[in-house]
Amino acid sequence: MRVALFTTCLADTLYPNTLRATVRLLERLGCEVAFPEEQTCCGQMHYNTGYREHARSLARRHNEVFHGYQAVIAPSGSCVGMVSELYPGLAGTPAPTYELTEFLVDVLEVTDVGAYFPHRVTYHPTCHSLRMLGVGTRPHQLLAAVRGLDLIPLPESESCCGFGGTFALKNADTSTAMLADKMRQVLGTGAEVVSAGDNSCLMHIGGGLSRLHSGVRPVHLAEILASTEEDPWLPETR
Amino acid sequence: MAARNPVTWLGSPTFPAAARTALDDSQLRRNLKHATGTIRTKRAAAVSELDDWEQLRLAGEAIKNEVLTRLDTYLVQFEEAVTARGGVVHWARDAAEANQIVLRLARQAGAGDVVKVKSMATAEIELNEALQAGGVTAIETDLAELIVQLGNDRPSHILVPAIHRNRAEIREIFRRTMPDVDAGLSDNPAELAGAAREFLRRKFLTTNVAVSGANFGVAETGSVVVVESEGNGRMCLTVPETLITVMGLEKLVPSWRDLEVFLQLLPRSSTAERMNPYTSVFTGVTEGDGPRQFHLVLLDNGRTSTLADEVGRQALRCIRCSACLNVCPVYERTGGKAYGSVYPGPIGAILAPQLAGDMHDPHAASLPYASSLCGACFEACPVRIDIPEVLVHLRERSVEAKGRSPESAAMAAAAWMFGSRARYEAAQRAGSLARFVAPRGKLSHLPWPGSKWTNARDVPVPPKESFRGWWRRNRG
Repeated sequence: MRVALFTTCLADTLYPNTLRATVRLLERLGCEVAFPEEQTCCGQMHYNTGYREHARSLARRHNEVFHGYQAVIAPSGSCVGMVSELYPGLAGTPAPTYELTEFLVDVLEVTDVGAYFPHRVTYHPTCHSLRMLGVGTRPHQLLAAVRGLDLIPLPESESCCGFGGTFALKNADTSTAMLADKMRQVLGTGAEVVSAGDNSCLMHIGGGLSRLHSGVRPVHLAEILASTEEDPWLPETR
Repeated sequence: MAARNPVTWLGSPTFPAAARTALDDSQLRRNLKHATGTIRTKRAAAVSELDDWEQLRLAGEAIKNEVLTRLDTYLVQFEEAVTARGGVVHWARDAAEANQIVLRLARQAGAGDVVKVKSMATAEIELNEALQAGGVTAIETDLAELIVQLGNDRPSHILVPAIHRNRAEIREIFRRTMPDVDAGLSDNPAELAGAAREFLRRKFLTTNVAVSGANFGVAETGSVVVVESEGNGRMCLTVPETLITVMGLEKLVPSWRDLEVFLQLLPRSSTAERMNPYTSVFTGVTEGDGPRQFHLVLLDNGRTSTLADEVGRQALRCIRCSACLNVCPVYERTGGKAYGSVYPGPIGAILAPQLAGDMHDPHAASLPYASSLCGACFEACPVRIDIPEVLVHLRERSVEAKGRSPESAAMAAAAWMFGSRARYEAAQRAGSLARFVAPRGKLSHLPWPGSKWTNARDVPVPPKESFRGWWRRNRG
């Protein structure tokens, strides 16, 4: 199956490991991955901050770049939510766009992707994956099949981590208070890895955990699923 | 020039500034966490009992949309029905007009005091303050509303206005303000309720005028419905000779049958109860039963202009259940007073600025940004108000009102940069240079406004090679 990778500007720029893992995973599952190089940003930041016209022009551009693809995949619940849920009212119907776990479980119909990740992990479901896309238990089904992985349930997991895009700047204090509670829950699990399906939330949670030198590392779900016994995940070096 | 709409409190700081103070109040944080956590769990259980909950939500949404679409017709029908049953209908364009009407009616009845049923509409127009200025004292009879009133405080929640108080604080308020209170009053909730009961019972029996709000008005019959938990509202609605009801003009439902939907949606969403304890329905005046005079004040106060906004009008479906407050992660941390309005939380963030109607006011303009857009409010809303959608819409109105600003310049620059692959890639390469000042791959100090992030969080620097760089090298 031929699929297009929607990298998201955040991951393309800051988290290339997540995207390399996504490519590796999709290819391992038999997909042919295309990367339309004209893509930049979906416009979510502009849209959510109240700059609708800027968002609209970026959305139109995105729709042109991905026009004609049968399946567009991104390892981000919020960027996919922007495209699949909000583009129709903003810039017209986009190409069919899937969040990674939706694509794996619904389209490829696979929950055991042959992954190996011998770590203690807790999972934050992220608001837009959870409530905008309704990915439900798909990430957990995938994680449950990962060999060596010890999944520790995250208490109050459905609470927002406080990122919210420009919310983290405009209401930095409230955002930090939300982050403090999220970090408390993550640290309480004793996990060494906190995972999620969205690098933006992980940047926020991970940024706080890093500031505290907490010893907990954020790892995107795609990197866990791409890791195998032959070629196991290694920490990113910058 | 029209008088200022009191729906947003005069002199309120913007939300971020007010939140900063609230966040440092450890007692407030504890009280809110406990209260919202408890009601959240209970609501989830009450809702999960019904397998047609989603259908009920859809029905609630549809009925309210029908009313809003033909509001003019339903209002006239309602007025005719109320009048035919012996009630008197008054129309109030704004808070000032409504307050004048109620004050005049109270004076005509010779009242020095009025007892009040808990009501958001009268809180929205600051009726108590207006009555006081006119020499009439309003006595709140809802327990939580009474705690707020006696404590000379502001409400912080739609359903439980004293949610920010714990029982030790309530005991102190009662001991300080209730005449003849038992000096040995403890903080046992039953004892506290007993003290309030004694205090209020005297008022019920000596006061001749009651003021209420309305949860629903039935257009078909002219009936008014008041939904409450304590029975104090029922006392107000039945004992005094004169009843004055202030009702937002969006509160109508077309017919009796429609109440069936809302009397399921409302209690489960607000108090997590299967059935509401005290549901009072009254229609005009009935000989030998209840008030001799019934006045109904239909309040606009920004509702018509809200109705004119195609995206924002869905806020008028609100039935004031508070479910969105209880599930909101922002509200849970800041409490209601930070919103600077009698309508706090997610619904307040979309309702207060619309009713106030002035996005040039920095406080009102800050409210739509008081959300991470996590969507928990929309999920909980019994009438399916897409609060995140309206928040974003009002952010657009806020941006328009503000005009050119450093933020709008930065957003325009970012849009220009993302508008071309070449510019985007150049920006990536420039950003990647930050790695030379951040050998561990992260930064802990950025200049303003990035400092708002790095005050509490590290930020990763772009690695040497972006994904697209790797792709070109390996797959290109």
